[in-house]
Amino acid sequence: MSDTHKKEIDQISGVETTGHEWDGLKELNNPLPRWWLYSFYACIVWAVGYWIIYPSWPLISGYTSGVMGYSQRADALAAYDEGVSARSVFADQIVATALEDIPATPNLLEFAAANGAAAFGDNCAPCHGSGASGSEGYPNLQDDTWLWGGTLEDIHTTLLYGIRSDHDEARLGEMPAFGRDELLSRDEIKQVSNYVASRTGLETQDGVDLSVGEILYVDNCAACHGDDLRGIQEMGAPSLMSANYLYGKSLEAIKKQVHSPRNGVMPAWVDRLDEATIKSLAVYVHSFGGGQ
Amino acid sequence: MSAEADRAGAEKDQDWFASAQKIYPMAVHGTFRKIKWTLLFITLGIYYFLPFIRLDRGPNAPSQAVLVDLEGRRGYFFFIEIWPQEVYYITGLLIIASVTLFLMNAVAGRLWCGYLCPQTVWTDLFLFIERKVEGDRRARIALDKQPWTFSRVRKCATKHFLWLMVAWWTGGALVLYFSDAPTLVYNLATLQAPVVAYVWIGILTATTYLLAGHMREQVCIYMCPWPRIQAALTDEQALNVTYRWDRGEPRGSLKHNKALELQGLPAGDCVDCYQCLHACPTGVDIRKGAQLDCIQCGLCIDACDAVMQKVGKPSGLIAYDTDENIERRVEGKDSVYKIVRGRTVAYAAIIVGVSAIMLTALLTRDYAGISVLHDRNPIYVSLSDKGVRNGYTVRLLNKRTHERHFMLHVEGLPADTEITAVGIEDSFAGRPVIAIGPDRTRELRVLVVVPDARELAESTSITFRLTESVMGEVVTTEDYFKVPRGEMK
Repeated sequence: MSDTHKKEIDQISGVETTGHEWDGLKELNNPLPRWWLYSFYACIVWAVGYWIIYPSWPLISGYTSGVMGYSQRADALAAYDEGVSARSVFADQIVATALEDIPATPNLLEFAAANGAAAFGDNCAPCHGSGASGSEGYPNLQDDTWLWGGTLEDIHTTLLYGIRSDHDEARLGEMPAFGRDELLSRDEIKQVSNYVASRTGLETQDGVDLSVGEILYVDNCAACHGDDLRGIQEMGAPSLMSANYLYGKSLEAIKKQVHSPRNGVMPAWVDRLDEATIKSLAVYVHSFGGGQ
Repeated sequence: MSAEADRAGAEKDQDWFASAQKIYPMAVHGTFRKIKWTLLFITLGIYYFLPFIRLDRGPNAPSQAVLVDLEGRRGYFFFIEIWPQEVYYITGLLIIASVTLFLMNAVAGRLWCGYLCPQTVWTDLFLFIERKVEGDRRARIALDKQPWTFSRVRKCATKHFLWLMVAWWTGGALVLYFSDAPTLVYNLATLQAPVVAYVWIGILTATTYLLAGHMREQVCIYMCPWPRIQAALTDEQALNVTYRWDRGEPRGSLKHNKALELQGLPAGDCVDCYQCLHACPTGVDIRKGAQLDCIQCGLCIDACDAVMQKVGKPSGLIAYDTDENIERRVEGKDSVYKIVRGRTVAYAAIIVGVSAIMLTALLTRDYAGISVLHDRNPIYVSLSDKGVRNGYTVRLLNKRTHERHFMLHVEGLPADTEITAVGIEDSFAGRPVIAIGPDRTRELRVLVVVPDARELAESTSITFRLTESVMGEVVTTEDYFKVPRGEMK
């Protein structure tokens, strides 16, 4: 503002102008309350105080850390530790409680389900799928078909030692390779496969003598899969009457499995996960609804 | 801005910032002052004592009539209990509150600002203390010009001490709405209350002391949005605190106007005594007409009426009146008062409508609840023998303050359908019976198995029905039962 400025009053509003003019429009001077200005200064002082107390300015390789030594990461880690110790209370209870008693205790069931769901996503989902419904070659844990048993105890044992894993206690059971090892001829595989298909509700091929297939079944398969085709759980031999086949339910898939069976592996988790987590997983998997 | 400040501004070119002029409101007596005292007692009485009202709700619920239980996530207002998901009741209340504000405004201007706003009520209380300690307007002006004598220091210290006491009590009363009041008072007194309680008392003490003691009219003029909104909502038929210039002008001293009358010249009733200005808590001259700074508290009406009585003129030179009436009187017509008009009827209708909806919702409120989430992965599970199973996450609510048992049932599927809830052993007629604690929710995994699903469509609408075991209260929700695409094997 120049010293020659004269106070000018706007004719219409009766308010003093600032002297700023654009195309004939003049800015009115309606002064702000002075305490607004002071609150602005107070904000500046606050900001300076904040810089001193808290981490604020980025430097080339780091930042100003502030006199309080405050760190959001330290806060997060403390919160994490708090979570872990809060969890450990329940985890200890899970370890101390008998497996079959966990589902009947509401807060333990809730914890086991949540803990199991997290562990399942980390460890089991790569094979069994995030929804636990598996895929060809990887068992569906949601249904009621269990190769090695679907009770809590059975599931727990499978989790601990695995199936055909390298653990000493692993569940073992192997289907012989009837074709690859030339135990049966191509025709015989065709006949026994058609027999199984006929019993389990699949279409069979024309011109195949099912009675020959039946004799072949009794001689070669019944020892494991049973005379009634319903399998023997202790040997991990699946029921052939089920709607759910691990390696696909079709005549072609049956032939393929008789010729060169795939014997999938489930790892042993006993040395990889803690006891509470394995128990939680057993309860979680059992709670899908297929559990027995 | 005063004349002195104007001159000072001219000297240093311009003033970009305006210093607040200290206002010394004068004590007045009259109808509006009485109304304001009455409302002050009622509103502050409610605020300070409401948390102490007891109401027996049974063993598992708090016995405080009005309580916001943040930890338990419940709101209690006498016989109403609100859960977090029922916050739409608060929305309804806010709609009613804002439309009520509009209605007040359409009928008689800033009734809220002048009589009911916490800022006005606490400022009034603080002014009362100030007046009792330091004296009325003239005494306070004189005191501020005195040197810092012992007497002035004593008065000043007493005033600020009393203000802080009131402010502290204000903060103390607020926290009582968030916890059991008698227990909290005891814990506060014995320094056992949670830190957050002391922090909030501190914050409220600071804001009350600052806003009611020091900021006062600055809050109304510079911090509050309502004066701006109010100016856009008012109309020429709304009653407002109005200086009837048609009667008052030309103003002049009693002597001057007498002389004018003797000469046969027009003379107004306004004796230019400035009592209206001195009584005003925001420092406005009501004779300049409706203005943003005026909170319409009516104290200038009392001040002016007292003067009119003394000079032997009819009261009501300043009164609740409308712009339209002044125009009419100037034209020689009679005054008209139209309270019932389009906008007041519309506002009232909205208030009644929203209240009716809220009341209906409250009276028909369910005391049990069910919500169901179908499993996404897998959507269905084919079982080993023609069967299909669907899984659901079910959340059940018991809004009563005692434990209740509910039977869960699913409708719309074949008769041999099995329903189980994981972890629930009790059942009645093959349907799980679930216990839910007092005022609690319970989430369960529910499995529905159709043993032979070959006849089912790909998607079947089903109804989950939750039946309470004693009174038979029923709540339902819809969902679907899915089977694999194509033919079942």
